[in-house]
Amino acid sequence: MAGFVPDWSLQRKGATDQRRHMEKVKQALKERLPDLVSDEAIVASDGKHVIRVPIRSLEQYKFRFHPWQGDRVGQDQGQGQPGDVLGKLPRRGQEAGQGDKPGETPGVDYIEAEVTIDDIQGLLFDELGLPYLKPKPQATIPQPTWKFKDISPKGLMGNLDKRRSLRQNLMRNARETGKARVGGWHDDDLRFKTWVDEPEPEDNAVIIAMRDISGSMGDFKKMMARTFAFWMLKFLRTQYRAVEVVFLVHHTQAREVTEEEFFQLGESGGTKVSSVYQLCQEVIETRYPPGRWNIYPIHFSDGDNWSDADNRRTVEVLETLLPAVNVFGYGEIREGGYTSTLMAAFSRIKHPRFKMVTMTQRQDVYPALKTFFPRHRKEG
Amino acid sequence: MQGRYPSDREIWELARGMGLDPYPVLFESVPAPVLYEYAAYLIPGRMSHWSYGKAYHAMKTRYDYGLNKLYEMVINSNPAYAFLLESNSELENTFVRAHVMGHVDFFKNNQCFQHTAKDMVEVVSRHAERVRQYEFEVGREQVEKFLDAVLALEEHVSPPGPELPRRPKTATLPSTEREKTWVEWMRPEGGSPARVPEVKPGTEEADDLLLFLMNESRHLDDWQRDIIGMVRDEMMYFWPQVRTKIMNEGWASYWHVKLMRSLELSDDDYVNFARLHSQVTAPMMYQVNPYALGYAIFCDLENRFGKEAIFLSRTVDDDVSFVRNYLNEEIVENLNLMVYGAEQDSVVLKSRASESVREQLVRELVHGGIPVIHVDDGDFNQRGELYLIHRHEGIDLDIPFAERALHYVHQLWGRPVHLETRADAKRMILSFDGQADSRVVL
Repeated sequence: MAGFVPDWSLQRKGATDQRRHMEKVKQALKERLPDLVSDEAIVASDGKHVIRVPIRSLEQYKFRFHPWQGDRVGQDQGQGQPGDVLGKLPRRGQEAGQGDKPGETPGVDYIEAEVTIDDIQGLLFDELGLPYLKPKPQATIPQPTWKFKDISPKGLMGNLDKRRSLRQNLMRNARETGKARVGGWHDDDLRFKTWVDEPEPEDNAVIIAMRDISGSMGDFKKMMARTFAFWMLKFLRTQYRAVEVVFLVHHTQAREVTEEEFFQLGESGGTKVSSVYQLCQEVIETRYPPGRWNIYPIHFSDGDNWSDADNRRTVEVLETLLPAVNVFGYGEIREGGYTSTLMAAFSRIKHPRFKMVTMTQRQDVYPALKTFFPRHRKEG
Repeated sequence: MQGRYPSDREIWELARGMGLDPYPVLFESVPAPVLYEYAAYLIPGRMSHWSYGKAYHAMKTRYDYGLNKLYEMVINSNPAYAFLLESNSELENTFVRAHVMGHVDFFKNNQCFQHTAKDMVEVVSRHAERVRQYEFEVGREQVEKFLDAVLALEEHVSPPGPELPRRPKTATLPSTEREKTWVEWMRPEGGSPARVPEVKPGTEEADDLLLFLMNESRHLDDWQRDIIGMVRDEMMYFWPQVRTKIMNEGWASYWHVKLMRSLELSDDDYVNFARLHSQVTAPMMYQVNPYALGYAIFCDLENRFGKEAIFLSRTVDDDVSFVRNYLNEEIVENLNLMVYGAEQDSVVLKSRASESVREQLVRELVHGGIPVIHVDDGDFNQRGELYLIHRHEGIDLDIPFAERALHYVHQLWGRPVHLETRADAKRMILSFDGQADSRVVL
């Protein structure tokens, strides 16, 4: 062994196997996406929230003893007397496994991953795509523009910012010698102008979120609509530089509301879906010309529409809307198993940009998102 | 010795002069990631599996955040290898070398280690090589999935007592012959593939789930049998360390104190040494610090019965007999040992009485704290099903875990598997047929 100097950087087994483990964690999380996507703790969070997700598939199940049967020997500080309570027993066997903090009490190991909204977003958005991106007419695409906006210590000599470089040189000399003079140039003194690409003004999208607030839309339906809209908004924000959202609600009449109202309003009364589709059309015509905007209308309802006459009217309006939008989504949220009259009317529409899903339980949000934003699909 | 730290050789000679009998020791300084890697895999060069990567990640994270520091890692082999953390100070390294002398003497002389392969570093790297080869031949995923199952069951081997014969060593054979002879060796003479798996009660196989699966399962390819054999060999090698954790650490701590005191350290160094020793033996809340307990017992034993007694104990005891024979009231009191456990939904301190502590600790140490599962029938129902029995000794199994572990047994056996145990004082049979779990309470 003597005289042999090993190259420890070749020692990578630990790192390799660690990476494999992380891959497996990611895979396990992916399998749990349907639950995670509709986890209220995540949707309600401001993005900083971390939740602990038990990962069962990574547990190495062994024949082992019941963790809380029988006694154990341990050390303490010597003050405790027989009968003293040392801690609470961690509850086990609960599916969620949340909130169990063994703390100082020795306890059961859970295999858990700490997950932030960003992690879930990353996994989820890997699975989504933007179908029917509108090919824009050549004329409306401006030439890529750029401006000198930034200063950097590295760059092309031709872009040297003389004034700033002099200033750096002066400052460094003052710092090092106590005299503010110019001279003794270092590479570190140089500053260069750098350019940034100007965003294309047309790279915009608008979501027109519509929701049925008639008496039949209970808390569950509200939550589903909210969760869906949350991820949709997040997703589109990663795809476009600017995303605007217009919130419309309706019962027998439609109106525009704030985001807060959109998710909270609960009213009574009947339902006339055509009212909100007409309002949607109006919004598009007056504020979001389809030539300049990518438009994503989405409508949540339980499909309990007023009358067959209004269903027909709704389909008419929808058919005029479809050519103008990227994707029009209709999410029917139901708690029972029946088919609504609206759904029956819509099912006759065979337009590739019209997407319909039914959501009856929390886990349905994830497949619904995948239906609206499928990956690897070319313009039809 | 004043003003200079002893060399590797000097400290080894010093240890021998004081009565220790260690193998030659090769010391090597390594950077932290390497030391933590060795610690996660328990031995350098071991086969790859994500579970080791997970352990490595956990250990290294703790180190990176300054939560704990590993000073050394010793390998039971002849010569022994000891890896020291590159960033250790001279004094820390002297302390660690002294500590290592205790471990290496223990490896050489404690009877539990009588059968451990003394060239294990080479053996595990040959294992790793074969696993890599199998990954190449049948695919990484396949091998990983198979290892998932085998590693989950790795503890269910029958550690050889001094009187049991050794399993033939295969790894030293030329590789061309090995593939064929492997299977032959694993089957008793005259065994034909078509015979009914038979369990002879009281034999090694009946107490050694891995050995039984390897020999008797009719659903395994040769590479799979080979992997079971490798994992089993490695477990056999580590098993004595599981059985002697308290003794081994206690003995090493006893000797680092003896050796360091004989060095005539400067006052500064002496203070630093005392600090290191107290770090190592610091109490662990609601756990037992094996360094502290082993050290206390050896010191007490020497005070009472002299030097010969501690050398005798280091040769013949394991943790169970060590604690049962020598843990007394004084030590229980000095180390603030106590018994605690669940009562309704609380954890309650139950007793500080030395008999209770001793009795309970022995119970925890028996069989390394791992449930004993033995093979009862390899042709249950005359349908080639496997019937296992958990030897219930007061504590139930973790039933949900046992059900999932049974899936792994099924993966290796290929036919329906059953496990008889007791839960809530009732006999219970867990079964898995590849499709569905079932639980029958008798």
